[in-house]
Amino acid sequence: MGLGVPPERHLLALSPLNRRRWQSFKANRRGYWAFWIFLVLFVISLFAEFIANDKPFFVHFDGRSYFPVFVTYPETAFGGEFETAADYRDPYLQKLIAEKGGFMLWPPIRYSYNTHNLDLPTPAPSKPTWMLTEEECKSVVERKGLNGCSDLEYNWLGTDDQGRDVAARLIYGFRLSVLFGLALTIVSSIIGVAAGAVQGYFGGWTDLLFQRFIEIWTSIPSLYLLLIISSVLVPGFFVLLGILLLFSWVSLVGLVRAEFLRGRNFEYIQAARALGVSNRKIMFRHLLPNAMVATMTFLPFILSSSVMTLTALDFLGFGLPPGSPSLGEMLSQGKANIQAPWLGISGFLTVAIMLSLLIFIGEAVRDAFDPRKTFV
Amino acid sequence: MEAPYGKLLEVNDLSVAFRQGQRETLAVDRISFDIKRGETVALVGESGSGKSVTALSVLKLLPYPAARHPSGSVRFKGQELLQLREPQIRHVRGNDITIIFQEPMTSLNPLHTIEKQIGEILLLHQGLTGEPARKRTIELLEQVGIPDPQMRLKSYPHQLSGGQRQRVMIAMALANEPDLLIADEPTTALDVTVQAQILNLLKELQTRLGMAMLFITHDLGIVRKLADKVCVMKEGKIVEQGPVERVFTAPSHPYTRALLAAEPTPDPAPVCAGAPVVIETKDLKVWFPIKRGVMRRAVGHIKAVDGVSIELRQGETLGVVGESGSGKTTLGLAILRLVSSDGPIVFLGSTIAGLTFRKMRPFRRQMQIVFQDPYGSLSPRMSVSDIIEEGLWVHHPDMSRAEREQRVIQALLDVGLDPDTRFRYPHEFSGGQRQRIAVARAIVLEPTFIVLDEPTSALDMLIQAQMVDLLRALQKRHNLTYIFISHDLRVVAALACRLLVMRHGKVVEEGPAAEVFANPKDPYTRALLAAAFKLETSPEGVVAQ
Repeated sequence: MGLGVPPERHLLALSPLNRRRWQSFKANRRGYWAFWIFLVLFVISLFAEFIANDKPFFVHFDGRSYFPVFVTYPETAFGGEFETAADYRDPYLQKLIAEKGGFMLWPPIRYSYNTHNLDLPTPAPSKPTWMLTEEECKSVVERKGLNGCSDLEYNWLGTDDQGRDVAARLIYGFRLSVLFGLALTIVSSIIGVAAGAVQGYFGGWTDLLFQRFIEIWTSIPSLYLLLIISSVLVPGFFVLLGILLLFSWVSLVGLVRAEFLRGRNFEYIQAARALGVSNRKIMFRHLLPNAMVATMTFLPFILSSSVMTLTALDFLGFGLPPGSPSLGEMLSQGKANIQAPWLGISGFLTVAIMLSLLIFIGEAVRDAFDPRKTFV
Repeated sequence: MEAPYGKLLEVNDLSVAFRQGQRETLAVDRISFDIKRGETVALVGESGSGKSVTALSVLKLLPYPAARHPSGSVRFKGQELLQLREPQIRHVRGNDITIIFQEPMTSLNPLHTIEKQIGEILLLHQGLTGEPARKRTIELLEQVGIPDPQMRLKSYPHQLSGGQRQRVMIAMALANEPDLLIADEPTTALDVTVQAQILNLLKELQTRLGMAMLFITHDLGIVRKLADKVCVMKEGKIVEQGPVERVFTAPSHPYTRALLAAEPTPDPAPVCAGAPVVIETKDLKVWFPIKRGVMRRAVGHIKAVDGVSIELRQGETLGVVGESGSGKTTLGLAILRLVSSDGPIVFLGSTIAGLTFRKMRPFRRQMQIVFQDPYGSLSPRMSVSDIIEEGLWVHHPDMSRAEREQRVIQALLDVGLDPDTRFRYPHEFSGGQRQRIAVARAIVLEPTFIVLDEPTSALDMLIQAQMVDLLRALQKRHNLTYIFISHDLRVVAALACRLLVMRHGKVVEEGPAAEVFANPKDPYTRALLAAAFKLETSPEGVVAQ
């Protein structure tokens, strides 16, 4: 560093070390692109309600504005007869709104993950609409007074065996999987890092007992236990998160423990101890940043394995409650309906692409944190 | 040694540049020197001056293509080395030119026996296997002075001491009777006594085998003892070269003069008989149990510190000397209650032995420590200001932000650093500057007592002298009490007024420094002094091998 370096560093500016890491991350082209593609997909899926929904995001009716995505309006608000929530896909309601000179702004896909398409031309699971022949469309086209197949509301990837739109379910399913994976990863990392930190820092008997406990704990066949527990408790998002957490927190413990064992004899740790700094502060301020490198390197892999576990449980039917948009359930439908390949193929591609992207990102992160890797 | 033979190695106009991202730094800048057969040439300079890079580029061991040579040639027996392809240069390496490195702990593979590691070289370059290889290995080990070479063949590196490991490294380097031996600070990581032995061995082997040596060091004492010719390097350039006698008696370059004058001057603080006792221990013991078997029963103890009594008055400096493993550092840590110990420790009138970590905290403000390694003792992820401030957070939690900042600035000024640099991170500072930061961290709490655990041994000669001056100035200004732990007796002589010589955890000699230096009573002390000041070895059995 020459004289030109300003003495004060901006709070948000990357330290030279992190700048170098970002450079190495970018140098792994595949991982870098995977990172951006994944980020874009994830951000888009966060706004799934605006992409695939059975409610319009804006209704102009009788000179007033309504936002059905955010607020549930009763049917009576639009001149209907019942106090129940308005069903905007109902031709009756659509007619009521049109009569008062109102209009609706729809998302590109007019189905939500739990919307049943009541106008299926063929029995569910039904083909993607663009694959239908005029013959197959005929009944619906005639009933609704349309001109042909192309006037139907499209199911781009077909429907599942309950007549729900596959594309909508994939978008919601992707979001749910990633969010579940992220939640599981973050919570199990926090617990794992804390447990590893305590073991590594204090060592001795604490370490010994904890290690033996973890050995016993990991030798429990977790899948059986999950099956038993999920037959007692009603599996929801958080129950499932809790159950999976019971076994996933151990994955980081060994790593962090080793880092702390190594780090606690560094001279600057000794120096902090000589200053009278408390154990908790030493662990947080001095040792944790060291352990974070190893943790960060592992994180994308833990994320992808969390997603995989959830998908596997859903596939077996012990995962999220029925009706949830889950990729595992899509796969099991694909297995049950070999005659409807759009189910299996779409489910497979989504899971495969998602996991591949995560693995590519993981590889790039690993490169970024590798101090010996040089790019000339 | 005048040259009856021709030139063995000619380095002409050699430059080395390293590329990192877009930046290119010149590590070695157009240097020229040559080595005749049987001659010893020393490369001297501080760390970062390009000595090691020069040596490595002779063997093309640099990380190419990140490194490159913008100019120059290296000719060995008339053959250009820089243009050689990898298979050809491999033949030169280990056969005609060999190298020994600084760190004997990491240069040997911990998973292979000595026999296997030496045998591998014999197999590669001479095709020896079986009985002949074994005989040659024993011969080599005998040559480098390893006792009982038959028994040692099956040893693993961890079963050998540091000095013995360096001897094995030398044996490996000599296996093919090279014409040139490059020694890259081969004794820096060793104790003074062992250093003297290794230097003697190298000198003796050189005369016996008639090989040339390129010796890299920052220690001028070694140069004077060992070399025929010396090249002084600074910032990648050779600023002066010539016969050792000429350079030492009539240095022409100012930098050489500064190096020669860098010897720390002895001026210890006087013993103040009437001053209050700061720290007192009686029969202090630190025993680590050796546990065996399923029940982990203690079958014996490693007596790291075994019955040491000291009494230290305000304003004085106690020097603690001894080889590595003598328990000097453990003694320092025990007094600061950083390792558990037996026996009373009285600090400023209050007994601190047996206090819990929490109860010790109020005392910590008064007692501080500075460690040996300036690269390891500062957290790389904290700014200098945060590092120095940490103690203030613990001991003065109610201090205002401005007050704390003021104290940090004052501490930095005290150790001679620019306070404007306090927001930078440790890696932006040199070794000497880092050690100053470590001292600032200790003095910011205004302690009365500081343990200095080899604070100068990782530093270059010039910086060492500056550090000693700084410590002495701080002591006078704040009336500090030091325990100065070191294996370097020259530095201890400059600071300590009383001396404690330790061996195997016990005190072998104790007394006023001047007296101990003038006429040491114990043979061990005599050996230490001879090794440190004259680089002489002692009769077997007095010091470690």
